[in-house]
Amino acid sequence: MYKEICAKYAPTKDNLIYILHEIQDSHPQHYISKDAVTAISEYLKVPENHIYGVLTFYSMYSTSPRGKNIIRLCESPPCYIKGSENILRKLKTILGVGVGETTKDGKFTLELCACLGVCGNAPVMMINEDVYGDLSEEKVEDIIEKVRGRS
Amino acid sequence: MKTLADLKKIREKAQEDMKLRGGNVRIKIVVGMGTSGIAMGAREVMKTFLEEIAARNLTDVLVTQTGEKGLSSMEPVVDLIEDGKTKVTYGNMNPDKVKKVVVEHIVNGRVVSDYVVATGN
Amino acid sequence: MSLKRIDLLICCGSGCVSAGALKIKERFHEVLKEHNLTTEVNIIETGCMGPCDYGPVMVIYPEGIFYKKVSVDDVAEIVSEHFVKGRPVNRLMLQEEEKTFQAQKDVPFYQKQVKVALENCGYINPESLDEYIATGGYEALGTILTEMKPQDVINVIKESGLRGRGGGGFPTHIKWQMVHDNKADQKYIICNGDEGDPGAFMDRSLLEGDPHRILEGMMIAAYAMGASNGFFYIRAEYPLAIKRIKMAIEQAKELGLMGNNVFGSGFNFDAEVRTGAGAFVCGEEMALIHSIEGMRGNPTPKPPYPAVQGLWGKPTVVNNVETFGNIATIIRKGAAWFASMGTEKSKGTKVFALTGDVRNTGLVEVPMGITLRELIFDVGGGMIGDHKFKAVQLGGPSGGCLTVDHLDTSVDYESLKERGAMMGSGGVIVMNDEKCMVNVAKFFMEFCVEESCGKCSPCRIGLKQMLEILERITDGKGREGDIEELQRLGESINKLSLCGLGQTAPNPVLSTIRYFREEYESHIRDHSCANKVCLDLMHFNIDKERCIGCSLCARKCPTTCISGSREEKYTIHQIDCVKCGNCFDVCPVKAIDKIPGMHPEIAANRAQIAKAAQHYDD
Repeated sequence: MYKEICAKYAPTKDNLIYILHEIQDSHPQHYISKDAVTAISEYLKVPENHIYGVLTFYSMYSTSPRGKNIIRLCESPPCYIKGSENILRKLKTILGVGVGETTKDGKFTLELCACLGVCGNAPVMMINEDVYGDLSEEKVEDIIEKVRGRS
Repeated sequence: MKTLADLKKIREKAQEDMKLRGGNVRIKIVVGMGTSGIAMGAREVMKTFLEEIAARNLTDVLVTQTGEKGLSSMEPVVDLIEDGKTKVTYGNMNPDKVKKVVVEHIVNGRVVSDYVVATGN
Repeated sequence: MSLKRIDLLICCGSGCVSAGALKIKERFHEVLKEHNLTTEVNIIETGCMGPCDYGPVMVIYPEGIFYKKVSVDDVAEIVSEHFVKGRPVNRLMLQEEEKTFQAQKDVPFYQKQVKVALENCGYINPESLDEYIATGGYEALGTILTEMKPQDVINVIKESGLRGRGGGGFPTHIKWQMVHDNKADQKYIICNGDEGDPGAFMDRSLLEGDPHRILEGMMIAAYAMGASNGFFYIRAEYPLAIKRIKMAIEQAKELGLMGNNVFGSGFNFDAEVRTGAGAFVCGEEMALIHSIEGMRGNPTPKPPYPAVQGLWGKPTVVNNVETFGNIATIIRKGAAWFASMGTEKSKGTKVFALTGDVRNTGLVEVPMGITLRELIFDVGGGMIGDHKFKAVQLGGPSGGCLTVDHLDTSVDYESLKERGAMMGSGGVIVMNDEKCMVNVAKFFMEFCVEESCGKCSPCRIGLKQMLEILERITDGKGREGDIEELQRLGESINKLSLCGLGQTAPNPVLSTIRYFREEYESHIRDHSCANKVCLDLMHFNIDKERCIGCSLCARKCPTTCISGSREEKYTIHQIDCVKCGNCFDVCPVKAIDKIPGMHPEIAANRAQIAKAAQHYDD
């Protein structure tokens, strides 16, 4: 599988970030495994330590398995001013996990992230590629229920 | 396309297409589909417009999309453009409000003032 | 439902209500009844319309006529003249320079905006190349390719006075000229769409709302400097922006606006999209270049500047999205037109993202030189609710806080810098009087510590030191001299850091010390947070007079630190209290107060622990 993804891109080092994104997105547990790194290293002919260097530099990559849905709550100042702390508390309660953790059923991983650029509708969070704005504690509950139902 | 004259031709045709063609399109609905709009539910709004219009068999209404106008606090934002009339911008839309706008504004020709956030260009 | 011929929208925002909007509404009901018009006129209360200065305001449809400063006595005239005879009351319309504005869109709230970069955002379908062309799109590109030399293009941009919109405000033409003059075989142009500043989202909106404009701007720049390859570097947090710009590139290629021999001029150009993966520092141009090369996004020392040695060692120009957004319009309308807006050194318009406690959050584009007051109160509609304006953070985590004393400051690169803030990418975070500035500064510092790439030690270690001091202060453990230490560290970090992130990261702390020093002092000396935000420096108290002894608070307390009885009322045992606020939220009679300052029992307890620790050390 990893080889097939790599083959979509020219074997040049500048495609590393794209390859990492696609490998992570296509993995059901949204992470980059050791095997994947080996496969990329062989394909791009760059040492594994370079790949690990890159992959640990960027906050969106994970080297450990994560849930089916990644929740990324914005922790930037505009959201903070609009009460993102309460939203975080609510998410922790509903999901029963802390930041960086995955729910037991493997459905959700809770993460914090830098500005999502939807500050006019703060506080905001992103679940996978969908952004949800103007969050309130009630709204968060509804959204999580809906996403849970889908997956 | 190789010359400025070619570009001009395309421009003139596109401008003509953008106009509301009397018999064809009586009213144009433009839903703001930037990330802010989508985050506030613009997809649902767009979907409801399409459903309501299909359900009522309205053939002279065009639904299209645009980016953000900058009115984040009023998203989802929808413009209704009619030939010869001032453009009306509705804000804070949701599926229920869409249903009302379809009945009142699009079918009966009355602006739903409660939802209006701006008028004109 | 009866058909009404007139819709009367009365603004019932707090500004207009305080100016008497509700009385006016009642009066309308009375007068309409007298005229037997109740079935013809629909009276609607609306939320705030924005132009609060003119309150009470109202709009009348179908004409969309706007009335300002209406009084109860005007109602009869509006009904008899306007509603009955169809003659709008001119004296209630906005008068300005002899001109009577009629429609609502003409009020300064809308009028102060001048849309250049945002011209098409929210108007055209971003996924349709035809609609962009219909607005005059690609005309500028066609014109320069067929009629102008690269140097002529650079000269136009030079005369326009355009400066980089990403933050630094570096004159755009200088970058272009440097690369133009370089005779390298390969040159690159990069669009910086790594918009990381918290509170800024104009680049996202532009890429999503008008992608062809950015592409056209990039191609004009490429022609001017002699580049044939371009990269859009867009942060991965913006999937829709990535999708739309990719689509725009495909469409342009299909129509022959990109590729070989564009407009038969011999100009060849190709562009690709690259994405980030979550790293704030990649907005710095050298870091961004390394990221495109497939490496860690670490900045490297400058010089060499990218214009000399950039992507893969070749001369490269990195311009911000909004900068590109201005180019085509400048070419079409001319440098003089653009330079006629703004101030002497800051020309044109700037897009700002209004966020925080301001009413009209969103994107606005105004000429440079507008005052902060106009930006926040006229365009932004003022503060939400009855809160007062306290401070505004300009320029994201690299910028600074300004206060009520600076509201008349002109918004341009120089004036803001002089006062310790900066334009940055245009994020305007407005804060009300409930905010604790020490806490806000700490929050920004947390962001910078988190995002420091770790390459240079002033930023990696110094910022962490500053954060520890700030945490100490907000935890009630601040010491005399902490403020001076923060200033000393801040100044050193500013001088010694490798890139802009580190150099500017101390700004929020330094500017809040400059303008809100007394808040820092009361946190340190009095162990008190006047705004009751820092939990260690405030406490909850049950007022026995108001308490009805219902025990709800005691039952909801997670640490069971509330006890009492119906007779004795309830008390909080301060030592065990975790300040979760549950009791405050559930009390049915609001008998619980938030009180600034550390509770004496806690202070005594802490002193005892400190003493014991001292003893143990001895």
